[in-house]
Amino acid sequence: MIEPHYSLFYVFHFYLFGVIALASAVTFVTRTSPVAAALWLVNTMFSLAALYVMLDAQFIGVMQVLVYAGAIMVVFLFVVMLLNLGHPSAYADARGTGWKLTAGLVGLGLLSEIMVIARAKLPQQLIIPREFSEQQLQKLNAVGSIAEPLFKDYLLAFELTSVLLLVAIAGAVVLARGRAVGAR
Amino acid sequence: MLAESLALTAALFIIGVMGVLIHRNAIIIFMCVELMLTSVNLTFVAFSRYYGTAGQVFVVFVMTVSAAEAAVGLAIIIAIFRQRQTIDLKDINLLKG
Repeated sequence: MIEPHYSLFYVFHFYLFGVIALASAVTFVTRTSPVAAALWLVNTMFSLAALYVMLDAQFIGVMQVLVYAGAIMVVFLFVVMLLNLGHPSAYADARGTGWKLTAGLVGLGLLSEIMVIARAKLPQQLIIPREFSEQQLQKLNAVGSIAEPLFKDYLLAFELTSVLLLVAIAGAVVLARGRAVGAR
Repeated sequence: MLAESLALTAALFIIGVMGVLIHRNAIIIFMCVELMLTSVNLTFVAFSRYYGTAGQVFVVFVMTVSAAEAAVGLAIIIAIFRQRQTIDLKDINLLKG
């Protein structure tokens, strides 16, 4: 696959946000305090949103900031504060050395798997002509190029998503309400 | 930039997997799962640039599923905390044989 030529400005910022995302992810995973971990994860989400914008997916970038950094992580922080896990005695420590070794081995295994997959060749009929998405982006705008397949080809999946969300809301309310469910 | 995106995805996903294995705090494990879900989104976006914007539709679906998953999972964590006053996975072993 031939990639177009990118300016140094673009490449520099792509790598910059990539490194920020990676560094915050590593910091996130080594924290034992849930609040610190959540904030580092928000940092990762933000730099991923910047990468989405650079990859011509502006709408997805905005969604990333609104949904992930704005909504999901706030829910996480709410739960942390609701359970009053702020003081250090409530922290669960990391697991022992055996688990860490296992984690390292699993990580290496996944990495080698990806190395193998990266050598595979894509079947010819799956490849869409190179300028396809650029043409689509010019014809429709950034939102329209997502909305058109979403409401035409994937309409059934989109409608089923609403059922999924409804079930999730009902399930969350029932689970979190606790003992009072049977009372009335 | 496709190769770089895929490498970053792989790295973030593996960090998420290792976090799930390393930690004992249920909330942090949950956040690691979120990290794995987001990192996969980067693959979809990177490929959608070359193989059509339909890939971005899947990102929307992944976001919905992860939001639903976060809501239900956190409710379960709250229910467990009410029952046992802990979210340490070491102490939540009722199903252990």
